[in-house]
Amino acid sequence: MIKKRIIPCLDVKDGRVVKGVSFLNLRDAGDPVELATQYDQVGADEVVFLDISASQEGRGTMVEVVRQAAGQLRIPFTVGGGIRDTEDMYQLLRAGADKISVNTAALLDPSLIEDGARRFGSQCMVVAIDACWMDDRDDWFVFTHGGQKKTDWRVVDWAQEAVRRGAGEILLTSMDQDGQKNGFDLPLTQAVASSVRVPVIASGGAGTMEHFVEVFHETSAAAALAASIFHYGEIKVNELKATLREEGVAIR
Amino acid sequence: MIAIIDYGMGNLYSVSQALERMDYEYCISSDEETIRSASGVILPGVGTFGDAMLELKRRNLIDVIRDIALCEGKPLLGICLGMQLLFTSSEEYGYHQGLHLLPGHVKRFVGDFNIPHMGWNDLRFHSPHPLLRSVEEGAVYFVHSYHVFPDNPDDILAVTDYHGEVTAIVGRNKIFGMQFHPEKSGDTGEHLLKNFAHLCCKREVAVG
Repeated sequence: MIKKRIIPCLDVKDGRVVKGVSFLNLRDAGDPVELATQYDQVGADEVVFLDISASQEGRGTMVEVVRQAAGQLRIPFTVGGGIRDTEDMYQLLRAGADKISVNTAALLDPSLIEDGARRFGSQCMVVAIDACWMDDRDDWFVFTHGGQKKTDWRVVDWAQEAVRRGAGEILLTSMDQDGQKNGFDLPLTQAVASSVRVPVIASGGAGTMEHFVEVFHETSAAAALAASIFHYGEIKVNELKATLREEGVAIR
Repeated sequence: MIAIIDYGMGNLYSVSQALERMDYEYCISSDEETIRSASGVILPGVGTFGDAMLELKRRNLIDVIRDIALCEGKPLLGICLGMQLLFTSSEEYGYHQGLHLLPGHVKRFVGDFNIPHMGWNDLRFHSPHPLLRSVEEGAVYFVHSYHVFPDNPDDILAVTDYHGEVTAIVGRNKIFGMQFHPEKSGDTGEHLLKNFAHLCCKREVAVG
């Protein structure tokens, strides 16, 4: 039986981890590779590096981070943030990334998904979706530019379109739940997970271990992602996985 | 020295770094002499079967690999697509002949479920083997849409379950294949790679 995955997400700016890391005994708390390696050792199933560099130089640094990560990590990792074309993807994949995540660029030009899938395979094309509930439209809508701009895409429609074009995985973030620590957006996650035939990663809202149990018991999400609760040691990956196992979730 | 065959298909760097971490000497090469002089060979691979055979052919590596495995009896490990290439043929985008080191055929997953088979899944060992020595039946990382049906069930060393039984590790004499990515599979993957590397570095002929 395929295992449910636990994925810590690291925000990286100009080659450094942005959100503070206070729990691990790291020589350099800002080193993304050292942090990711720690996560590998405590049983994380995968790691996501989200590059939030604004400058071209910062992006160049990311390729070097990826290269080092590929040398150290014994688990797969995804790189996202600011990827505009298949050449950007090629640079990161060649440096050793297993998957590439695209968000805004794919909405601006959906053929990017097809181009990437054709050139590198669907297995490395992750489409990240930022979703927000709109009361007046009674549905979730897709936002771009880090949640700044609303699009006319309904989330389920866009997820299906992305998969039709070759996305191999959907990384679904609930903007409503993100940072709230009230739990994953279960209806949103299930709405998407039940409408596509690729794995869906639930993201946004995790605050307790119970929230992870919930998302795996009540939705068909394949994975759950979180950032600061792991970085600040509020939830330890190895303890989380032990709890999930006790709760009957298939865990590595 | 373990040679990782570079034929333009796949993530050689991760495999090489796994050997590096375990302190095994390796080289990444497409050069016949270098590959022939190695004590063992890894054939990685990401991409499509037909393209991969074409790239091997273009570099005159098909006979080299067959020689190393069949005549010289050196350990050979195919990883992911590299394992599929060891077999007779594949139906991936047409019909393609493989290296035919092991008899069997590569077919697409068929059914109403997620394809590719992607993620961590459990290994179940079929029979004891030096490659599996002291390895626990843990989960390893798979990413594939096609899988192997060996003609000879004895060639299957381990399976996993994904809407039916899926061949995960094959082995006959010193020809081995892993459908998952051992270099991305935590402790279990590392242990399996180490066992393979150990087989390469042993001087005497392993008892089958």
